[in-house]
Amino acid sequence: MNFLSLFVLIPLLMMVGLAIARSMKQIRTVAVVGSTLQLGLAIYTLIKFLMERAAGNTEEMLFQASTMWYEPLNIHYAVGVDGISVTMLLLSAIIVFAGVFASWKIEPLSKEFFLWLILLSIGVFGFFISIDLFTMFMFYEVALIPMYLLIGIWGSGKKNYSAMKLTLMLMGGSALLMLGIIGIYYHSSADGNYTMNLLEIARNNAIPENWQYFLFPLTFVGFGVLGAMFPFHTWSPDGHASAPTAVSMLHAGVLMKLGGYGCFRVAIYLMPFAANELSWIFLILTGISVVYGAFSACVQTDLKYINAYSSVSHCGLVLFAILMLNNTAMTGAVMQMLSHGLMTALFFALIGMIYGRTHTRDIREMGGLMKIMPFLSVCYVIAGLASLGLPGLSGFVAEMTIFVGSFQHSDMFHRVFTIIACCSIVITAVYILRVVGKLLYGKVQNEHHRELTDATWWERLSAVTLIIGVAGLGLFPGWISQLISNSLNVIIERLS
Amino acid sequence: MDLSQYPLIWEYMQPELLLLAATVLLFFIDLFAPSRFLDKWFSAIACVLLVAVTAISCIPGTESHTLFGGMFVTTPMTTMVKMILNIGTLLILLQAHEWINSEACKIRRGEFYELLFFTLFGMYLMISSGHFLIFFIGLETASLPIAALVAFNKQGGESYESGAKYLFTAVFSSALFLMGISFMYAISGTLYFDDIATVASANTALFIVALTFIISGIGFKLSLVPFHLWTADVYQGGPTAVTSYLSVISKGAAAFAFLWVLFKTFSPSPEIWQGILYALIVLTITLGNLFAIRQKNLKRFLAFSSISQAGYIMLGIMAGSAQGMTALVYYVLVYIFSNLAAFGVIAAIENKTGKVSMDDYDGLYRTNPKLSLTMMLAMFSLAGIPPFAGFFSKFFIFTSAVHAGYYILVLIALLNTIISLYYYLLVVKAMFINPNDNPIAAVKSDTSARIGLVICVAGILLLGIVSAVYGYLSGMSFGM
Repeated sequence: MNFLSLFVLIPLLMMVGLAIARSMKQIRTVAVVGSTLQLGLAIYTLIKFLMERAAGNTEEMLFQASTMWYEPLNIHYAVGVDGISVTMLLLSAIIVFAGVFASWKIEPLSKEFFLWLILLSIGVFGFFISIDLFTMFMFYEVALIPMYLLIGIWGSGKKNYSAMKLTLMLMGGSALLMLGIIGIYYHSSADGNYTMNLLEIARNNAIPENWQYFLFPLTFVGFGVLGAMFPFHTWSPDGHASAPTAVSMLHAGVLMKLGGYGCFRVAIYLMPFAANELSWIFLILTGISVVYGAFSACVQTDLKYINAYSSVSHCGLVLFAILMLNNTAMTGAVMQMLSHGLMTALFFALIGMIYGRTHTRDIREMGGLMKIMPFLSVCYVIAGLASLGLPGLSGFVAEMTIFVGSFQHSDMFHRVFTIIACCSIVITAVYILRVVGKLLYGKVQNEHHRELTDATWWERLSAVTLIIGVAGLGLFPGWISQLISNSLNVIIERLS
Repeated sequence: MDLSQYPLIWEYMQPELLLLAATVLLFFIDLFAPSRFLDKWFSAIACVLLVAVTAISCIPGTESHTLFGGMFVTTPMTTMVKMILNIGTLLILLQAHEWINSEACKIRRGEFYELLFFTLFGMYLMISSGHFLIFFIGLETASLPIAALVAFNKQGGESYESGAKYLFTAVFSSALFLMGISFMYAISGTLYFDDIATVASANTALFIVALTFIISGIGFKLSLVPFHLWTADVYQGGPTAVTSYLSVISKGAAAFAFLWVLFKTFSPSPEIWQGILYALIVLTITLGNLFAIRQKNLKRFLAFSSISQAGYIMLGIMAGSAQGMTALVYYVLVYIFSNLAAFGVIAAIENKTGKVSMDDYDGLYRTNPKLSLTMMLAMFSLAGIPPFAGFFSKFFIFTSAVHAGYYILVLIALLNTIISLYYYLLVVKAMFINPNDNPIAAVKSDTSARIGLVICVAGILLLGIVSAVYGYLSGMSFGM
């Protein structure tokens, strides 16, 4: 068996372990052991991948394995990774690891919570290792549905509304996607040997141009819904605001990346012609996402809503950069996925921890937290600085690469939109500094808050793990951007 | 007919003859055995007989045969469908065990099993027919006992009302169907499926009228919109076991028979019936879904959900290919397991508490976690969520329709799955999320119902992941 399948197998075993676990202690043990193993596996995969590449293996996808699944339709369970999926796997593993610690005291029904959370992670990991469209799509949907219960049962605020809205909108996206995938399948080869394998479809290069005009929007919008593309982003603020901490982390941190990843892995990679022709439409939409999300974040008073809108803006930037269709910008897009994943997970974790103490997320009712819980506050400042793009942290590296890449286009249209998108940096600074100022500094708004305690060890562990990621990406971006950019070359070649 | 055919009849009509024999045997046991013995063993005997019939006669071979000069056809696929129907019926018998052996019902226990087996026999004939008269006999044999079964509950007036409604619509649709057949005879001078296909010219007005009548006749059985009006009332009023039988077995058999008739008889003129079917599918899926949203009674709810599911099943016919037929049979198989899981839970709870409203299910997970999980799996499978079997069956049926070029139709169907997800989630929401201080107390169902549910859950979990089932179906000959 290919070791990549362990990414699906370990969570499955975790689920079995959780199902038979009796006490809270056992549940935690299973969750911690499983997610640590998963993290170890992700690091192992990365190292092994780098070694293979260093040894001169130039294959597009490494560690490929394929088993026939549905023979009549030539559907395989096929796995393989390139530089981008390896980093995505690492990101997911880090966030799941941190998420387990962030939901240390989840109640009620803790066992069920972890079961659903792990099921969600199966979907995520499975999606990133798949190179067969059908398997990929299946894992994609597996990741969507646990959200409903996770938000519905353990959420807060108007959770029923949010859970339903999120589920239905994402299913709407995947409905378009399903048609797109079936359409791609039936044009995947000129000689009638249809295939679902991504690499083979790309190699056959047989999708007719007029069909690309039809299938590209279907797949791009399908994935774009999950990537919070305007005007299909409205599930995201409500969903993230209502979800419990670990779910917000995983959803904003990883699940939204599925959208971006799918956009270039399926839509752009397989249909380069339409990507070149139609990118301008989606560029306008994502440009709106970037600016609109940032402006919306400025006027929110609920901490989670601020972050959710900031996610819309940042994830919009991911899609925006992908649509620039050149290596630099797309490298930036993947870097932004990593950076946003880590930093937004950190944000949501911290918000969860603060909310757990103050029982409010309204920034008008809090203040001076720096004196009361210094550890959490410092972490919050770090996350904020990463978000507004301070050099040395991950946000700067990603956004810099994106805007440099975008500006490589010499025509007016792209440049104007790049400049508009650039403005979001300033707006980001506005809303981040506003929150930091009101929340962490200033007068203590509520005298009861003075009795609150600082972070516990599991909360510290969760936050520190993520900060290491954010700072690591910011301080040593070179090797990772090299890794990504090498893997992107294949896609860029197809585009030109 | 020469006598030399008799051995062949025995050989090729085995499922039908054995089922009839089982029915007669049950009848005599019911008549002569002492009632203490019956209380204890009758249900078990019925189940064993059904299993025996399936094991002996319904294992698909590799060859197709015809009897009576082509009036009766048996192919590997028809045998397979019979097996699938038997599995579904067996599951229903397991789930109905407790109800039918209750004090109120046990006096009529024999009738329940015998009528059920008779309808199954009718469906066998319908599936295997090569001639419109055999088809009609099968159709009638399948419908009339169901009317009696729907009116089975003597206590409530609702059951009678449903029985009467079902009877009237069944008779009405049969009349339409007969009208269609007689027109067909007027055009072609024959009622053999194969002969009509070669003789009839598709362009005459009479042909189209005949086709429309025939489609309407079967449309009633399948409860396609606009022939669906009886469905919700009958489902609500009938005993749950019968309702589940109506919604899966009767529907599955009718869907396959529909496919059989359209492909065999009207194959020279696909564009005519495909046009009609296109409209029917869009209407059925959309209206079924929209009406399901507002239902509070779970049996009515499943009635509308099953209407829209019938629309999805029809997509396999639209495809007009071997791939579509395979997808259809696979869809029916998965649908049987998913829907019976849902009905099994409803029956278990209804037996103990008499509650069938969605509001009563609030907070069910706290008191009945296993039943709730089963129900949730059923809902997810019906909605087409992976990794459950429903996802695979939907994917394959959409794939087959797309292959035939129906992109827009599939898009409409796909958008409808979002609506359907909404109402399926409402049930999940009631059980898992809605707060309730006073949820239904822990329900303890009997062993046979539990076995039935476990089989259903296993089917939902495994039919998709284990690709061998679909592979097996797709390797099977249709004999067309």
